[in-house]
Amino acid sequence: MSDVVEKTLTALPSLLSLDSQPGSAKLSSTSKLGNLVRGITELTSKHEEEKLIQRELASIKEQVSSPNTSMRQMKELMVRAIYCEMLGYEASFSYIHAIKLAQQGTALEKRVGYLAVSLFLNESHELLLLLVNTVLKDLQSTNLIEVCMALTVVSQMFPKDMIPAILPLVEEKLNHQKEIIRRKAVLALYKFYLIAPNQVQHIHNKFRKALCDKDPGVMTASLHIYLQMIQENPEGYKDLTASFVTILKQVVGGKLPMDFNYHSVPAPWLQIQLLRILSALGKNDQSTSEIMYDVLDESLRRAEMNHNITYAILYECVKCIYTIHPKSDLLEKAAKCIGNFVLSPKINLKYLGLKALTYVVQQDPKLALQHQMTIIECLDHPDLIIKRETLELLFRITNAQNVTVIVEKMLDFLRVSTDDYTTIDLVGKVAELAEKYAPDNEWFIETMNTVFSVGGDMMQPDIPNSFLKLLSEGFDSVEEDRKLRLFAVDSYVSLLQGEPGKLPQRFLQVISWVLGEYSHLRAELQPSTVMRLLSKLLDTKNTSSETKTWVLMTMTKLCEGAAGVSVAQEVSEAYSSSLDTVLRQRAQELQHLSQDSELRARVVPRDAGLEPLEVDSSLSFLDGFVSEALAAGAAPYKPPHQRQEELAQAKALSLEPYGLSLPISISSCSIADRQSPTLLSMSSGLSGDSTDLSHKGGSTTLKLDGVKRVWGKEGYLAQREPVEETAQVEVPSPFRSPSQQAEADSSHSQTPTPVPTPEPTQERQQLASSLFVGLSSQSSVCLMGKSESAPQRFKRKAKSPSSSSGASEQISNSLVSAPSTVDNLLCDNLLDANISSELAVSSPTQTSRLSQSLTTANGTCDVELTNTKGSNPSLIRDISVAVAADSTPHEDPDKPKDLCLSSHLPAELSGFSHSEITPLCSNQSLDLSACHVQQKDSLVLVVFIYNSSYSDIQQILLELDSDDLEVSGVCGSPVQEVGSQSVAVCQYSLSVKRPSVHVEVGGMVSYQLPVGTPQSAQFSYRLPLTSFIRPLTLSTEEYGTMWLAFSHDTKQNLTLINAGHESLAATLNVLKKKLQLHIVEIIGLEGIVACRLLQDQPCLMHCRVHAGTLAVWLRSPVPDLPDCLMYYCQRALQEH
Amino acid sequence: MRNTVSTSLTNQKLQCPTMQFMLLFSRQGKLRLQKWYVPLSDKEKKKITRELVQTVLARKPKMCSFLEWRDLKIVYKRYASLYFCCAIEDQDNELITLEIIHRYVELLDKYFGSVCELDIIFNFEKAYFILDEFLLGGEAQETSKKNVLKAIEQADLLQEIRGVPLYLQKPPEDLQVSREDLLSNTTNNRT
Repeated sequence: MSDVVEKTLTALPSLLSLDSQPGSAKLSSTSKLGNLVRGITELTSKHEEEKLIQRELASIKEQVSSPNTSMRQMKELMVRAIYCEMLGYEASFSYIHAIKLAQQGTALEKRVGYLAVSLFLNESHELLLLLVNTVLKDLQSTNLIEVCMALTVVSQMFPKDMIPAILPLVEEKLNHQKEIIRRKAVLALYKFYLIAPNQVQHIHNKFRKALCDKDPGVMTASLHIYLQMIQENPEGYKDLTASFVTILKQVVGGKLPMDFNYHSVPAPWLQIQLLRILSALGKNDQSTSEIMYDVLDESLRRAEMNHNITYAILYECVKCIYTIHPKSDLLEKAAKCIGNFVLSPKINLKYLGLKALTYVVQQDPKLALQHQMTIIECLDHPDLIIKRETLELLFRITNAQNVTVIVEKMLDFLRVSTDDYTTIDLVGKVAELAEKYAPDNEWFIETMNTVFSVGGDMMQPDIPNSFLKLLSEGFDSVEEDRKLRLFAVDSYVSLLQGEPGKLPQRFLQVISWVLGEYSHLRAELQPSTVMRLLSKLLDTKNTSSETKTWVLMTMTKLCEGAAGVSVAQEVSEAYSSSLDTVLRQRAQELQHLSQDSELRARVVPRDAGLEPLEVDSSLSFLDGFVSEALAAGAAPYKPPHQRQEELAQAKALSLEPYGLSLPISISSCSIADRQSPTLLSMSSGLSGDSTDLSHKGGSTTLKLDGVKRVWGKEGYLAQREPVEETAQVEVPSPFRSPSQQAEADSSHSQTPTPVPTPEPTQERQQLASSLFVGLSSQSSVCLMGKSESAPQRFKRKAKSPSSSSGASEQISNSLVSAPSTVDNLLCDNLLDANISSELAVSSPTQTSRLSQSLTTANGTCDVELTNTKGSNPSLIRDISVAVAADSTPHEDPDKPKDLCLSSHLPAELSGFSHSEITPLCSNQSLDLSACHVQQKDSLVLVVFIYNSSYSDIQQILLELDSDDLEVSGVCGSPVQEVGSQSVAVCQYSLSVKRPSVHVEVGGMVSYQLPVGTPQSAQFSYRLPLTSFIRPLTLSTEEYGTMWLAFSHDTKQNLTLINAGHESLAATLNVLKKKLQLHIVEIIGLEGIVACRLLQDQPCLMHCRVHAGTLAVWLRSPVPDLPDCLMYYCQRALQEH
Repeated sequence: MRNTVSTSLTNQKLQCPTMQFMLLFSRQGKLRLQKWYVPLSDKEKKKITRELVQTVLARKPKMCSFLEWRDLKIVYKRYASLYFCCAIEDQDNELITLEIIHRYVELLDKYFGSVCELDIIFNFEKAYFILDEFLLGGEAQETSKKNVLKAIEQADLLQEIRGVPLYLQKPPEDLQVSREDLLSNTTNNRT
């Protein structure tokens, strides 16, 4: 009690002080915030609240701008402003005052100021620049609290361009004696790494120091950076695996201080972070995975307590075990663990169990079988989120046998779901499954009808596109094509006869296109009948003008005979005066073409769907027009980005200090005429070293004065051919893809029969058998393959336009669902996998048991063996099984390991330097390796296929694909066959589509052994962007012109190689040697350098020696290229 | 290769921290705290808040604490009259996020002493300070309860006049806001 009295007494002074100060003089009823809160709670209507807040804001506004307001009052005002913003009212006038408060207040006021800044602004807000100096000052403060505050705000937001200004100070803090400062510094660097990875490349070894910090908090913080870096480039950090394992062992063993325990579980957040790192490191890497088996086992064992937190760890553990190279007994334990989740009565755990199951069924579909009854229950769960996750799981295990049931379930869900994102996602999945596994035409068309009606106008535009492509390109059998199209026509005609007004626009567009192309297939259907049905659409109010355009085009195709022509005339008359120009154009076309049947036959020939259209994409036929217009004084064309930039520049904050308007700086900055050289000028301003400007006498800077005149805002630009100007001219084509439609009008016109709700257990059993059919047999043959590679793929899945033999199709058909085939396939599989005789049993029950043991013995392979969806090469398109190869190291002992592959390098490439030959993938019969060869104007990827088996391998098909690169085959026909123990070589020419630091080519090889099933393997090959960089020779004047025209740039200060007077030249020579750059000119302290990215995408570099560093500025027309190149420059100079 | 900030804002390929944002709101749908770890415009923030509050309040008590929302995962939990709601990416661990929320509530509880919604309304800046010591830039910064509170108290010590006991700072009696302890239903978690 006396304690209370004492406290009350000490509080008295503050109670008496008139200044209401939140946080201390709290009697909130008297504080202003208290009044505000109280006022709001007493109000009853939204309108009153708005009035009150507006009044409040007006009063805050008045006070903050008054010069008499003290910082202490300002702090209180900011708190109220934050409160108003939280209620949803804008208080942007206070932002600048928040910055001021952070700058000028005492520590406590500063704290509120920083908080307000971090709540008000986001990292792209331009006011944030004004905070830089405050942060700089506080980072240097002797008051630890101030340093902490600065680091806290920096870790949340900081302008990217200003990072170099504070980076050294933050780095310095890594050595601070207080662990809280070190920890925050690490997190600030993590933030920098996220927003500007190039800037912190050079401090990687400091991260290592943080990882070894004696304080567990600092070490934990460093793991955020490591997780990020390892996920991007696992190869670079394999050496740390053992350290991470040791740390995890210590944590799991309870070696950390008790403070880090959470509900008596040792440092769960740390454990989870480490597990994530380990799974990134162990993925596809057997030897690394082996290091972590023990600790994973221990983690599984230790996490026994029945608490959410242990389940969180278990979940991460299971994911890790299924991500890394498999180990059978761990897999078994993990599977059991998933069982605990799925069977848990707690709904959150059940959800996570389903999620885990979804993750692992890709590798082991059998697990879904074990839990089939739970899955069925979850399908009927009242909570939609559980249902949704279950569908996700079912999607992963869909095959040709269960597709109808699963799609039905998904469509049921779609009909009740109200969430747009879910609808878009699920509709896409249904369409994918329907295309892949459709059992027959009717089902396919009806399912797609539902997809179109439910998906409405928000679904991905590629769904209708690929559907139409599928219909128009057809499949292997002409008869099948005809049937499918006919069925579509019939179905659509009956839809139009119903209530077409309720259908979404996209669907109507699909319908009208299909009817235009294929309604002639139904002989008894008069074109005029179709036209009348369609004209009904035109009269419907809801029909968008885009759909009307489609309809008019369809009519153009159909208007035959007197009846058709009369409808056409009627319609075209109605629309020939439409306000919509496209519509009017179509109406005109319809009018003319309907009267001239000969011309019509030429313009819209029947069945022309597959004829490729030739389009002059450069619009060269307009060159004359353009040059005439230019001669007549028209303004030259500027690409949109340039226009925008110029516009933005007019508005943007000028970062250039006024002091720079010295004659010298004009010439040094003149290169950058178009944009202020932010970093260069700021860094000189920040370092306070203004004298360095005078070092550069006019004679030592680049002599660009002559050029400058030519560059003036118009200048050289005028001579560029502005052909793009007319690019919008539309090419009328029946293939106009349906583009986005704003108004959604989703309705359910076509409703396939709903499934009866399964109630009693018996029905559930039935459902289970229909859902999980094919899984068991599939899992026995497709051990590791993703479940998508199910037997019997719908035969019409024709992604590649010119499809191949119909023979393979028949094979696959005969294979499917005959009970004996499982055994046959398995036998083949066993042969391939070199498995000893004890496994060669053929009764179905036993095989499935065997397969189980096979799975656990082999686990997943290094090489992912699958029939991947989508991009399957046509050769194995229809073949049902992807066989897992035995990846364990007991391969043929006599296999020549050190094969001299380089001798197989094609003669024409031998003169060029090639990279080290690296293995891509291998299994018991094929070894793939690759290297790349840098030629003057190209980069060639050479893939060596070595057949290590004793039989010839046939039908080898190598498919390369890449997001970053354009891949094209070099020599004629690719390899088809490789003889026993010999090597075949494939060459591919690569060029960059989208620059990134490392570019990757993914690929798949599929082949056929003389005996056995087709096999496939995936691989990837990674190469640095520098392989694509070549010198670009050009004159200083050309450089100047180009510099102006490029819009993407980046700036950074790099290390200068110290060589006295020759520093710049020495540095540039290093870059020239390592990165193949061309040095255009060096004048005094500045140098200009140029290079190009194959094929012919220039990148220019401007360097200036400044305060002992090299200020580098890169520009290019290609996005990301400057950033990537900067990364390599930095590395090159560091390694030097 | 990561995109630069300027391009990432246009094509949304920004590298995201684990947690994208955290919202606290009352049963009546009033926002009590908001922390955004990804840069968004005010308009977007308002839209997201409105949609989420609506969705979460419509959930029944026995339902799953996770939600799929746009391309994000929402993890929420109700403590007395307050809902705590976090957004993470789909591949993240929902359970650990749930425990992050719980740890935050524990920290608030320890700091305020039996925290209730009213404490958070009247001392929301304190709640923010605690959050910033616990989660920084969307990642768990310090998971030791002792260390977080130590950091906050050190900063608090700067206050010129210290020593008003928190019970004196309790808000007035007549307000129609819940003063039910947030941790009242999970007393066993109290340490």
